[in-house]
This record gives sequence, structure tokens and C-alpha cells, in this order.
Amino acid sequence: MSQRQVTLEVLRYRPESDSEPVFQSYTVPCQKEWVVLDALNYIKENLDRTLSYRWSCHMAVCGSCGMVINDMPMLSCKAFLRNLPDKIKVEPLHNFPVERDLVVVLDDFMDKLKVVKPYLIPREPAATPDGTYKQSTAQLKKFKPYAMCINCLACYSVCPQYGLNDGFAGPAALALAHRYNTDSRDQGRSAREDVVASNIGIWECTFVGACSEVCPKNVDPAAAIQQTKIASTVDFFKDKLLPGRKSGRASHE
Amino acid sequence: MARSNKPIVWGLFAAGGTVTAFLVPVLVLTLSLGAPLGLIPAENLSYDRIYPLVAHPLGRLIVFGFIMLSLWHAAHRTRTTVHDLGVNNDQATMVVCYGIAGAGTVLAAVFLLLL
Amino acid sequence: MNNQSNPRRPFVRPLPTSWWLKEKRYVRYMTREATCLFIGLYALILLVGIFRLSQGADAFDAYLVALWSPASLILSVFIFQMAVIHSMSWFNLTPKAMPLWIGDKQAPGWIIVGAHYGGWFVVSVMVFFWLGGLM
Repeated sequence: MSQRQVTLEVLRYRPESDSEPVFQSYTVPCQKEWVVLDALNYIKENLDRTLSYRWSCHMAVCGSCGMVINDMPMLSCKAFLRNLPDKIKVEPLHNFPVERDLVVVLDDFMDKLKVVKPYLIPREPAATPDGTYKQSTAQLKKFKPYAMCINCLACYSVCPQYGLNDGFAGPAALALAHRYNTDSRDQGRSAREDVVASNIGIWECTFVGACSEVCPKNVDPAAAIQQTKIASTVDFFKDKLLPGRKSGRASHE
Repeated sequence: MARSNKPIVWGLFAAGGTVTAFLVPVLVLTLSLGAPLGLIPAENLSYDRIYPLVAHPLGRLIVFGFIMLSLWHAAHRTRTTVHDLGVNNDQATMVVCYGIAGAGTVLAAVFLLLL
Repeated sequence: MNNQSNPRRPFVRPLPTSWWLKEKRYVRYMTREATCLFIGLYALILLVGIFRLSQGADAFDAYLVALWSPASLILSVFIFQMAVIHSMSWFNLTPKAMPLWIGDKQAPGWIIVGAHYGGWFVVSVMVFFWLGGLM
């Protein structure tokens, strides 16, 4: 039985010689169990050493290999060729500047990630002598999905508001803020609110919902943002109607 | 980074969205389609029957609340959608959208008081 | 002395105004958003009705005649369809905005959605019969 041949149409961009990105075709003989990443590695090893792309773990936990495959953002290590047609279009993630070939400039996301304070701001010192906190299963379940983000940026690629609005913090950053806001050990919601509830935070989101549809880890950033909108709105009116109260009290108790 | 004032309009949008989701289909069915489709006798929607319902203090309140929330829901969603379609002048969009909603709110109050 | 210029030249791909036409999910989103125009329109139609009501029986009768004219009927059917799209899209999204926790278990989404559709049905039946004078 002859080996299946797939054609990858890869968007190339070489800043030193190209004025703009241009598609280049490669024919790749593939194994049945291969993913798109394997095809890219085949191209790099055998057909075109100049092809540039990010990857690392090859098992969908590091988030490095995010790219757009047949108009869907996904991890190339999770994009099985057996589920794809013989012609496969491969492009870098949308809404990010293209550095070279399939490599995008991630600086904007990195800045936004920092600005939402994605770390525990403990509400009280650790209760136990060894410095750990007690947390029930129920409390863990509240925030666990939002902690599963691997920063693959598929959500940013598909978010129209991120594409349209300079400054929007974006799904992953806001989902991570929600992860800490709903962690029972944390009391930093007020501190994060300055960014999260600002004009670059949750209020730029119009609940398109595409982010949650493409997330390879089922983080559901859309849900995180809508829940934050409700919590922030309640906070906003409580602050206006009851001045002097400490705002940003987490609602997970 | 300043906290946004969007909770005000978003709150109205969300409340309006919920109220209209429950009520608009049946209102269109009852008021606009019911009589022509023969589901409702036309005289049931005549002035003699409708006026007392709307003019009742509770009726005025409910009608005002419904119209106001519908208008502000539509205004906020229109504002964000217009931006999605490439219109970047948010200030101008706000004035038009919220202006219409505001005018409608005032008129609703005036008309209901005039009943 | 460094004579080399920066070799980096990141390319920004422009987002066209027609971005929402490119994928089905975006067209669905835009349709959902567009329903608000018809919700707003109906509120204005009702506002006119209140105005005519305030002007007396003759004015209100004329309003009803216009409301039930063929052109208005066609518009009303379209408004009805848009309103139903609004209602369904709104209710379908409620579990994301308001997850329901019972103890340490999250209630499945269909319970929340189902409750809303159930309430929608009950409210609609009640309003139709009461407002339509069929009770």
C-alpha cells in the first residue's frame, strides 16, 4: 500500500528578503499516526532547512506549537493528519506580528500577562506550620479549569476584539486573573481590578465565545470573563452605593 | 489604569437582554400578530381594554421599565457592534446610541405620565 | 562600533473590515448582535403605541390599524424571528456567565439552560393568555 502524500501550504515570511508573507507548497509522505508537527519536522529535515516554527514537548502541554491549520488555530502536535484533508494550509497565529515563517512576536501577550498580576496575593498567612494552605476539593474545583492554560494563544488568534482593539488584555490573561480571583487562598481581586475592570480588561469583550471553542485545554476563558463582568458590575455598584467598603471581596466563599 | 464606567451601561444591557429575552417574542406574537392571525379577538386589544391596564400605576411602571431596558440593551449592543464593523469613533457612536436610548426613556416617562 | 542594522522586520497582517464574514462562527455572532436592532425597534414601536394611547381611543385605533397592516405584519414576523434568535442565544449562554455550584459539584449546563427555556415557556403562555384577554 502506497504511503499517503499530503501537501502542506505553509505561509513563509523571511524579513531579509520578503516584502510580505507568501505561501509555499511542500509534498510530504506521511505516517498514519503523524500530526502536522511531524510533517513540519519532515520538511525541515528533508526538504527545506530554512522553515522556522516553534515547538517543544510534542504532547500538548507546553503550548509552543500554536498555529492556524486550515483556518483553525490549534496545537500542531495535536493536529492529526488522519483528521485532515490532503491539502493542509498552515499559517502563523492571527493577530500577532509575524517574526519569521510560523513564528509570531509574543511580546504584547507577555506584557498583558504580567499586568493582570497572575500570582497569589494571599488573604492571610499560611494556616499550617509548614507554610501550606488548607483547601477543600470544592474550593479547588472552582478555579482549576482556569489554571490549565498553556499559553498557546489559540484564543488570541481567534478573538476579534483582540484583533480590533489595541490594548485589550485578551482571553488567556483575563482567564488567568479569574483563576486567582476564584482561588480561596487569594484576596487580590481588588488589586487586579484596576486592569481587569479597566477599558483594556473585561469590558472590551463582547462574548463572541470563539476563544473557548478553540482552547485545547478547555479552559473556557469566555466563561471566566463573563463571570468577572458580573462580579465587577456588582462590585462597581456596591462601591458607589456603600462607600468605604473594601471592594473586590471574592465571591467564592 | 482607570476603572471603567462600563458597568453602568453593561448592567442595563444585561438586565435589558434578560427581560427582552423572556418577553419580546410573546409580545410580538400577542400585540402584532395575534389579531391578524386570528389567535386573539381584535377587541381584546382595543383602547377600552388596554388603556386601564397600562394606565394602572403598576402598568405604567412595568411598561416604562420594559421600554427603557429594551432601548438601553439595544443601544449598548449597537455601540459595540458598530465598533466591530470598523467604526472607530467610539465617542460619536456613544452619543448617537445612548442619545436615542436616553431620548426614548424620557419620552416613555412623559407619555406614561400623560396617560 | 556596531554597523549591523536590526534584521527584524515583523509583519503585521491587517484585519479586514469583512473579518466577520470569513467564518461561520463570526456570522452567527454578528446575527446575534444584530438582533438588538429589532429589539430596539420594537421598543420604539411600543413607545409610539403608548403615545397614541395617551391621545385617546381614535388615535390608538388608528395605531392598531397601522400595526396590523400587511407591511407591518411582514416586519413583525421578521422582528419575531430576530427576537427568538436573541432569546435562544441569550439563554444558551447563561451557564457560562452564571455557573451553578451545588456543594462541590458544578451543575451541568443543560439544567440552567433548561430552567430558562422552561421559564420562557411559562411566561410566554401566561402573558399571551392574560394580555390577549383569553383568560
